[in-house]
Amino acid sequence: MTSLFLNSRWPGLALLTVVVMALPAILPNAFYVDVAIRIAILAINGIALNLLMGYTGQISLGHAGFFGLGAYGSAVLTSHFGVPALLALLASAAFTAVIAYGVGRVILRLRGHYLAMATLGLGIIVSIVLTNEAAWTGGPDGMAVDGFTLFGFTPSGERQWYWVFAVLLVGTVVLAQNLIDSPAGRALQALHGSETAAAVAGISVRQRKIAVFVLSATVSAVLGSLTAHYSGYVNPGLAGFLQSVELVIIVVLGGMASIYGSVFGAVIMGVLPQVLAGYEGWDSVAFGVIMAAAMIFLPRGVVPSLTAWLRSPNRRRGEGAAC
Amino acid sequence: MSSELLQFILSGVTLGATYTLAALGFSMIYNASGVINFAQGEFIMVGGMAASFLTAAGVPLPLACVLGVMVAGVIGWLIERFAIAPARDAEVASIIIITIGVSMIVRGFTEILLGKGAYALPHFSGEAPIALAGATILPQSLWVLAVCALIVAGLGLFFGRTRIGKGVLATSYNRLAAQLVGVDVRKVLTLSFVLSAAIGAVGGVLVTPIATVSFDTGVMLGLKGFVAATLGGLGSGPGAVFGGLFLGLIEALTAGYISSSYKDAVPFVLVFIVLVLRPQGLLGAKPTDRI
Amino acid sequence: MMFVKKAMGTVCAAVMTVLVGQSPMPVQAADTVKIGSVLSLTGGAATLGDPELKTLQMYVEEANKTGGLLGRRIELVHYDDGSEPAKANGLIKRLLEDDKVDMLIGGTTTGASMAIYPLVEKAKIPFISLAGATVIAEPAKTWMFKISHHDRMVGEKVMADMKARGITSIGMLSDTSGYGQSARKEMQAVAQRLGVTIAVDETFNTKDTDVTAQLAKMKNNPAVKAIFVVSFGQGAIVATKNIAQLGITLPHYQAHGSASKEYIRLAGAAAEGVRLPAPALMVAAELPDNDPQKQISLDYAAAYEARYKTDLSPFGAYTRDAFFLWADAVKRAGGFDKAKVRDAIESTKGLAGTCGIVTMSAGDHLGLDVSAFKLVTVKNGAFVLAD
Repeated sequence: MTSLFLNSRWPGLALLTVVVMALPAILPNAFYVDVAIRIAILAINGIALNLLMGYTGQISLGHAGFFGLGAYGSAVLTSHFGVPALLALLASAAFTAVIAYGVGRVILRLRGHYLAMATLGLGIIVSIVLTNEAAWTGGPDGMAVDGFTLFGFTPSGERQWYWVFAVLLVGTVVLAQNLIDSPAGRALQALHGSETAAAVAGISVRQRKIAVFVLSATVSAVLGSLTAHYSGYVNPGLAGFLQSVELVIIVVLGGMASIYGSVFGAVIMGVLPQVLAGYEGWDSVAFGVIMAAAMIFLPRGVVPSLTAWLRSPNRRRGEGAAC
Repeated sequence: MSSELLQFILSGVTLGATYTLAALGFSMIYNASGVINFAQGEFIMVGGMAASFLTAAGVPLPLACVLGVMVAGVIGWLIERFAIAPARDAEVASIIIITIGVSMIVRGFTEILLGKGAYALPHFSGEAPIALAGATILPQSLWVLAVCALIVAGLGLFFGRTRIGKGVLATSYNRLAAQLVGVDVRKVLTLSFVLSAAIGAVGGVLVTPIATVSFDTGVMLGLKGFVAATLGGLGSGPGAVFGGLFLGLIEALTAGYISSSYKDAVPFVLVFIVLVLRPQGLLGAKPTDRI
Repeated sequence: MMFVKKAMGTVCAAVMTVLVGQSPMPVQAADTVKIGSVLSLTGGAATLGDPELKTLQMYVEEANKTGGLLGRRIELVHYDDGSEPAKANGLIKRLLEDDKVDMLIGGTTTGASMAIYPLVEKAKIPFISLAGATVIAEPAKTWMFKISHHDRMVGEKVMADMKARGITSIGMLSDTSGYGQSARKEMQAVAQRLGVTIAVDETFNTKDTDVTAQLAKMKNNPAVKAIFVVSFGQGAIVATKNIAQLGITLPHYQAHGSASKEYIRLAGAAAEGVRLPAPALMVAAELPDNDPQKQISLDYAAAYEARYKTDLSPFGAYTRDAFFLWADAVKRAGGFDKAKVRDAIESTKGLAGTCGIVTMSAGDHLGLDVSAFKLVTVKNGAFVLAD
């Protein structure tokens, strides 16, 4: 039974869908719904980054930059130019994709820490531009963003927006799973194993890497646009270094190359700040301890370590003995 | 040379010396362990904070400075012992997260213990600026430059002449081979963490009289140190010196001649260009890939 | 399979317990009134948020020791926005929806206050913002009040003094924080209105350890007859030290963010002779005895320094005034009804605080004018009235 569950993708998806459908009934007020939405946003962003990090082994310390480009693209286009929200979203996504393609072509040749440095720089440059071009972006204080209207429907309030992000989350999970199970996805996983081997097997390593980089950036940009409309406010911190680090934590904590791992990581990173709110100083310490401890004791991430444990024959024997 | 340009250069070199000390720490740890230590900036902060706190508490300045550096060294040792060593075989991303986690712990405890306020130290040799062809430099800046030069020279001797220094170098080239010829790799790792923590803290102590320090000072300095180390070539000692000075000069000249708003972006644009043209950094050795 | 389901169930339950347990179900104790506060306790504006929280905590405790307000215990619920406006926007939902607070004091930064406001208006709850930009109170917004002087007034006070001393051309050095950027724009407008030329207009990052490059440009430009630094905290201190280092002897002005003893202590001798606008609090001892601001300022200074063993800051003082603005309104409203408290705040007349004497109206949600500022200078390591 256990292995059936672990090896098929449907039970996980069904469980996620059920949880997502049931949550609004349990959550007592708009604040909890807001937390759930923010978790969904983190999860989608985490999955996008995980496609890059987990399946191609490319680290990015600047991913929030793409999220920020999407958010500010929508904010600036709708407020300063009166562009309809959907059009603004598509334009920002396209713009981000072009940037990601241009940058990706150049930097994806780098490895390890050098790639980390380059992506870190990219994210910081984005947030510096957003901070300094105050005439357009409102500077460090940020700017207000109007609501989002699509086909005559304007989500308002947390509970309506919840469904927008819920659909997006489930959609992203399905998309990511399909991508991973496709021949292209298997090629991706080969990249992580060994680039040279993948190249020998006839996979165009560089193009695949760039394709994933662009896809990952675009998903984050779209998410950024919607988040901007949802929260009604954007500021450069959205694209900042800390935000990028938070995404990396979600991916690595949950488990590289594990989609549900990213969802799990997002739950932790979404709930923890709420639990620790009001304990300044200690929140930083607690976050640090959790991050470091998780990486030391569960280096492969929580979800993969857990599934490996569930699969291990030792545990089954133990289970049998207990019965 | 106009006095304005001279002033920019003097200010750039002082900044650069601070970045150099941060970058040296990055490079040393990278060499010994292949780890990029994102907590490097916190050593700078801890050095400055501890020395300031002790001075304020009545400890004589020289002793406070030495103690500040020692506190950072002990923290460096603790980090290596309890956070890095247990995660030997983890991936790059995991180790980066560990060091970021550690930096948050250090920052958090400093905030809890010493508060959010800013601290300063008295200048070591007075505050009267020294005039130099129309420009000025603080005696404290000379301290920064002189100590930085001493440390660089000292490290050169250490790595070139002493047995243990050579052991560190050997480990960075090939850990297994070093182990086989009798280098105690564990000791090398511990030493490199303690040493880079201490060097970072020296930087913090030296620059605090000029720049003041607070619990979150380390973040920006750490990032700049990382940029400087990458510019010069990760793991290269001369590279760290060159990268640090280069970065400081570029920042001062950008602020002076181009745009003070975008001077913080320039290092990152620069590192981008350098990485694309010369991925191993300006002075780094060409990396060899293991298959 | 069963195990996994059970595990997931446990996880969900744990998450819910943690969430719910952290903030108990809104069973409102009838004898408690809640102040909600979102402050910047970490990040770029932490130097502002820290004294703000300390002051609030001090007065809430003090009020509770003497029986609370109108017989009800005051409870302070505060969260840290990390100096990120978008985060403040999320935290305010928690205060409104989950903690069910009766009053909001906070919004350390202008960004946070503006990000919060749409939700405040929807929830119809009075909100006293601690941030500085003019936009918060101009035009007046129904549910938002402002306690700190407009940044514009800082410029007016400083430049009026410059003109009185015959200076019409200056160099301005502002930081790139939210405060610095919005203040810079307001200073430029004031300068134009008052006929002051900003000959060199430079910026720096509050975390910079050296700004001599920017200052050297001012030093070498003969049109610069005075230097005006628009910043706060460490940024202002570094700039002050650098001005001394370059041997610049031009008149040196700072903004009100530097009106704290920390500034003098850390900038040392370099701060001597600096002129800046400050709330009356900073020169309370010099005020005449019949000045209504004198005694309360001395009391606040004594209480704060005794309790926290740390330097007095104008940002704490603003928060003190915000707390008493609210307390005064509650007493006049005779209860905690949100709409009535709002109306009472709006009809505040002649309420003396540490930072000014507040008289609000429907069109004026600040209730201070430029006379609330005193122009002070640093002399022998202390602030003294400049004139």
